[in-house]
Amino acid sequence: MPPTPPTPSTQSVVDAEIKMTPHLASEHGLTPDEYARIQKILGRDPTITELGVFSVMWSEHCSYKSSRVHLKRLPTRAPQVLQGPGENAGVVDVGDGWAAAFKMESHNHPSYVEPFQGAATGVGGILRDVFTMGARPIAVLDSLRFGPIADTPGVPPEAVARNRRLLDGIIQGIAFYGNCFGVPTVGGEIAFEPGYAGNPLVNVLALGVAPKNQLFLARATGEGNPVIYVGSKTGRDGIHGASLLASAEFTEESQQKRPNVQVGDPFLEKLLLEACLEVMATGAVVGIQDMGAAGLTSTSCEMAARGRVGIEMELDRVPQRETGMTPYEMMLSESQERMLLVAQRGREQEVFSVFRKWGLDAVEIGCVTSDGMLRVLHHGRVAAEIPAAALADQAPVYERPMAHPPRSPATDVRVPLAPPRSDLTANFHKLLAAPAIASKRWIFQQYDHMVRTNTLAIPGAADAAVVRLKGTQRALALASDGNGRWCSLDPRSGAMHAVAEAARNVAAVGARPWAATNCLNFGNPEKPEVMWQFSEAVDGIAEACRALSIPITGGNVSFYNDTLGKSIDPTPILGVLGLLEDASRMVQTAFRAEGDVILLLDGRGDAAPTTPDEHAAAREFPSSEYSRTIAGVVGGVPPAIDLAAEARLIEALVALAKESLLASAHDLSDGGIAVALAECGFLAAGLGTDLAAGVNLAGALPAELALFGEDGARAVVSTPESSLARLRDLAAQCQVGAQVIGVVTRGELRIAYNGDTVIRDSSAALRAAWSGAIEQALFGDHPSGQP
Amino acid sequence: MKIGVVVFPGSNCDHDAFYAFHDVLQQPVEFIWHQSQDLSGFDVVVLPGGFSYGDYLRTGAIARFSPVMRAIEQFARAGGPVLGICNGFQILCEAGLLPGALMRNTGLRFICRHVRVSVETTATPFTSAARAGQVLRMPIAHAEGSYFCDAETLAELKRNDQIVFRYCAPDGRRDPAANPNGSLEAIAGVTNREHNVVGLMPHPERAVEASLGSTDGLVVLRSLIETLERQPAAVS
Repeated sequence: MPPTPPTPSTQSVVDAEIKMTPHLASEHGLTPDEYARIQKILGRDPTITELGVFSVMWSEHCSYKSSRVHLKRLPTRAPQVLQGPGENAGVVDVGDGWAAAFKMESHNHPSYVEPFQGAATGVGGILRDVFTMGARPIAVLDSLRFGPIADTPGVPPEAVARNRRLLDGIIQGIAFYGNCFGVPTVGGEIAFEPGYAGNPLVNVLALGVAPKNQLFLARATGEGNPVIYVGSKTGRDGIHGASLLASAEFTEESQQKRPNVQVGDPFLEKLLLEACLEVMATGAVVGIQDMGAAGLTSTSCEMAARGRVGIEMELDRVPQRETGMTPYEMMLSESQERMLLVAQRGREQEVFSVFRKWGLDAVEIGCVTSDGMLRVLHHGRVAAEIPAAALADQAPVYERPMAHPPRSPATDVRVPLAPPRSDLTANFHKLLAAPAIASKRWIFQQYDHMVRTNTLAIPGAADAAVVRLKGTQRALALASDGNGRWCSLDPRSGAMHAVAEAARNVAAVGARPWAATNCLNFGNPEKPEVMWQFSEAVDGIAEACRALSIPITGGNVSFYNDTLGKSIDPTPILGVLGLLEDASRMVQTAFRAEGDVILLLDGRGDAAPTTPDEHAAAREFPSSEYSRTIAGVVGGVPPAIDLAAEARLIEALVALAKESLLASAHDLSDGGIAVALAECGFLAAGLGTDLAAGVNLAGALPAELALFGEDGARAVVSTPESSLARLRDLAAQCQVGAQVIGVVTRGELRIAYNGDTVIRDSSAALRAAWSGAIEQALFGDHPSGQP
Repeated sequence: MKIGVVVFPGSNCDHDAFYAFHDVLQQPVEFIWHQSQDLSGFDVVVLPGGFSYGDYLRTGAIARFSPVMRAIEQFARAGGPVLGICNGFQILCEAGLLPGALMRNTGLRFICRHVRVSVETTATPFTSAARAGQVLRMPIAHAEGSYFCDAETLAELKRNDQIVFRYCAPDGRRDPAANPNGSLEAIAGVTNREHNVVGLMPHPERAVEASLGSTDGLVVLRSLIETLERQPAAVS
């Protein structure tokens, strides 16, 4: 073919080399309607490059085409919100001139296909989202879901073995990336349910901080300003990686997509971080965005669309790792550790010199135009010419059909209970060793959770991770939570619980819930029941966030979490950021001193019915961890949620911490009050004091329901006798119940119920069951082996 | 007196070391870029933790060839105090400024947690303020911290009082369970024959404030400051 002159006219766009067919469009995941829409936007058939560009930008992962109509219902405004959804990360004002940028994202499919690199690049991607805003990452949390890792009746051993390998690979991938990059991985949570066996979840939350007046947006402006490519070279890796892997169900052939998973280089990302922050400080940068899913395509068209301008790029200038790459490959490559920035014309040299210092490529590959077009040239020929706004903002929006699934018989199951006055110690041992409840030390020790010396609460030591803001008195608390089991039973209630638990966790350290991000993991949205679950969950999140005054500042939707036609449990994960104005008031989980008084705080306070509804409690109990682990029963309904009670408890926890009235605080969740009390002792033992609880509980419910039920809006706290009166006054002011249930003792955990001792054992024996269970599940008797 | 903290492109504990000296101990401290070969004016050089050049090959294997290492070698040979923390220790071993090598942890995994080490000698600029046998609680965070050297070197280390720290139980006893990474004879830190270069795997700069869980790292950092105050002249 003779070379075409580089005149940007639609005439030259037509690519004669590959014939466009509806079949080719369908192979790119585009429906006939979507293809027709593309033809209408362009007024002609697309080139192969354009088809690729549309297919990734209009993929579910990038366009949110199924979720957009629902996400509008989330509350996003509050005075502290500096940047809501729509940018690379949400940003809130955290006082003293500082802003916090944070966001959560999934990397589920890549992590299943290639656990180590999939998880590693998941961390890399969300870190870039944060530092592209000008914020230095200071903390990472991970919410992970796997199939069972302990031998489980009904689960084939080879499936369990695979779950173990996935867990090991994913943990090592997260550690590899975060440790080298130099961001502490400070917390998160993990759960094991059979529904995740073919589709583990890897959700990563990153938090960064920046002076409030030094934030950057992913916006291209100023006609003629140079568009500069920085960072790693572009290769053929990851073409259709995140964007398409995450936009279709998994089949048996999915393992063949391993080459589509990107490969991470945390060292290069560290260089990119330092160089980006340094170049931002020069004042020469107009806008900047990382190249994540859909690489150069999404970066260029999104920056152009946000700035209502066009961008023209010459792909020959793009630093390339291999020769002979086509425009299609370069536009769709998801090579990691790359950014696109727009600089002020005339100040390019300042940008180049910073990147040269850090040994990174920085090349002017194009410029900002005024015509609103994303124009891609290759060897001077136009390979793609598309209105940027059409790609970024005019993706199809679907109101997919929804259907209430048929009522599950699981709703009606009941847990066979032990006879009254039974000793429950043996069951309790078993419960403490359940992977969902057991100590996660084996996992978090593989993460550098202390680098940057801001970590005030190490993983597991408090209900939320706490990192200080050096140079201020402040600290930020972070918790991520979600309960797929509850959401599968009732997505609306389960989602409300996720918000409430994350907020409660943040409040338990003394921090005020300040803003939230989310990662919504669901099955195939083309299934009406999945879409119904999604809609219900969004409504639940919206209602809970409103009730607790927590704005949502961004997040991520991960659909198509299906393997071989089976969807995962709907799993909305909520990440709540809390603000602690005085870091020295932070409260941790461990008991502090023998003789301290233990109280149960209950947000239902005086509103709690004096005679509990035993029928309701029995309906809820099958959804508890105790029911799953001890009775092997999963079903029922999630505990009834009382958002007003949650709000009161949060107020009380924050107020009590502020007056330094709490020696310890721990919210009640998995395993109920018995597990919470035990953990307060275990963590004290970790600090060198063998403390435990001696507690007398009373009530009308059967003992197992009272001890292991998972009602929300409750926390156990301890306090010195001298603070007790003030604590009770303040709790009463907050209309929160504060019932004295026992004292901190030494050496032995004892829980009595209605006068009978139902749990009693040395704290060392209980702690042994709890602390070694994950390693035991993974390695049996070979503790330093490979699963 | 001026303290220099080396910045390799992949250093990630450089800011923590800087903070410990500058903000906690209020000492004059400056960063030294890895391309620099000029250490004039510095009285001590600290090689911080991190992943110097990515360390994909072997920790410190590339860093030892960096321009700043040539200057540090001269500085050390002239008797200047040099402290290598974690990755810094690995680099000093690779560069031959300290004996032995650091291998993968026996569990083949990265480990981050508090450990206890006993001070085996106070005859270094970084332990002079400690009591012999004093137990310090400091965090480790590494995947390659299993110290090894051949029998001859080990004998020499013992003969010359070059073993600086050993992993130990809380009461100071040697206990195999307290050795987190399989280090030979539980060695956590060593010094050169002249005792002016010290490397250790634990992070003293992460144990400088009660809110971080320990202040024992101050013993190491204060030793240095006291040593320098006694000998105020810059070495180079």
